[in-house]
Amino acid sequence: MRANPTEYELVAPGTLQEALALHASEPGSWLPIAGGTDLMVLYAAGRLQSRKLISIAALRELRNIEVASAEVRVGAGCTYTDLRQHPVITKEFPLLARAAAWTGGIANQNRGTLGGNIANASPAGDSLPVLLAYDADLILVSASGERRIPYRTFHTGYKKTLLAPDELIHSICMPRNLSGYKCYARKVGARNAQAISKVFLAAMVRISNATIKDIRLAAGSVGPVPIRLAGTERALAGQPINDSLLELAGKVMAEEIQPIDDIRSTAGYRTVVLRNLLGEFLQSLPGARFAS
Amino acid sequence: MLNPRLPDGTRLEISLTVNGAARTIHAYPMTRLLDVLREELNLTGTKEGCGEGECGSCSILMDGFLVNSCLIPALQANGTSIVTIEGLANDNRLHPLQKAFLECGAAQCGICTPGMILAALHLLDKIPQPSLDEIREGLSGNLCRCTGYFQIFEAVAKLSRNGVAD
Repeated sequence: MRANPTEYELVAPGTLQEALALHASEPGSWLPIAGGTDLMVLYAAGRLQSRKLISIAALRELRNIEVASAEVRVGAGCTYTDLRQHPVITKEFPLLARAAAWTGGIANQNRGTLGGNIANASPAGDSLPVLLAYDADLILVSASGERRIPYRTFHTGYKKTLLAPDELIHSICMPRNLSGYKCYARKVGARNAQAISKVFLAAMVRISNATIKDIRLAAGSVGPVPIRLAGTERALAGQPINDSLLELAGKVMAEEIQPIDDIRSTAGYRTVVLRNLLGEFLQSLPGARFAS
Repeated sequence: MLNPRLPDGTRLEISLTVNGAARTIHAYPMTRLLDVLREELNLTGTKEGCGEGECGSCSILMDGFLVNSCLIPALQANGTSIVTIEGLANDNRLHPLQKAFLECGAAQCGICTPGMILAALHLLDKIPQPSLDEIREGLSGNLCRCTGYFQIFEAVAKLSRNGVAD
């Protein structure tokens, strides 16, 4: 059923401080809305539960990309287009720029925000495995102050997060010390553009003397939340690059994911394809010679 | 703060520039911009296809950016400058993109055409001479179920060869 606009309140505070004060005045009753690329879909279908919304789309305070010496801090209100166009993002965090380019079409990239992707907390959010692979931290802000948490602790269950009822995501911090890492990301969806992913793998690895020194693997759409494949990472760390790598990785990986059958794909397909993506990544490492 | 706590069901005054003209309308803050354009301003060139940001038929330019007007609450359009398909032709002279679409047979049923043309305009504004891949990407959020896309790509490519000042 169509939504009736007369039943909804929407306000647009002029500053972050005003938005946080309103949020704090009735914790949990105001739903922040930025670009609307997720929430307006629910709204139009008559499925948006919240009747009171705060527009944070125009808050300049959330739209900066700050390049510090040790990290880059991306404001939660930055759009996918902002990410694709920023020279430091495209150069040092190419997986994030690529994930942004894979999200929706141009019109949705002009509106959708990185903070929105995180807060919406879909296991299929395209930027999320990438942020996990980059070991990002989140800065969460409320009227009473701010706190910084590792992003990998943020999603606690399907659509459940650590965000308190009076908090907003302020920014996403990514450490810059990534020279020497080889990186990989691939999204598998029904078509290239405007598709929600069936499986997503983001991966980074540092190799020396033909041995895996550090490896980070993060997957989307294979469980209730986007996850780091921590067990697979442990199994691969310290391993020489040889023929048995993929078999080893595939086995551990299959044990730590919880894919489901849904409208977009099946658990079986997701497991096989994630293993294939892992194979494609491992195969691309210098010295790898095994059939995937 | 714009819209300090109003009782439910109160219309707001929203001012925006549409195709170069200043307009003031009264709308509920969560009314979709698409409905404001079509129903308040009678600009029915902007079409509703899917109503969920997948098909691009409601594409317009807002402050120079291509957006899906079905996903924008009216309040978020306050103070912005909008271009719809009605803003392209100058008196009775078609915009070069409209001419190129006609010449290449890039429209059949016409539902996707206004959004497709605005997406093409946005693309050519960012990339004046796009490659075929760039044209495909620039229009990838706009679905057409009639033409098979080739005539549309051809129309955009033709314009990028001829230049918009044609």
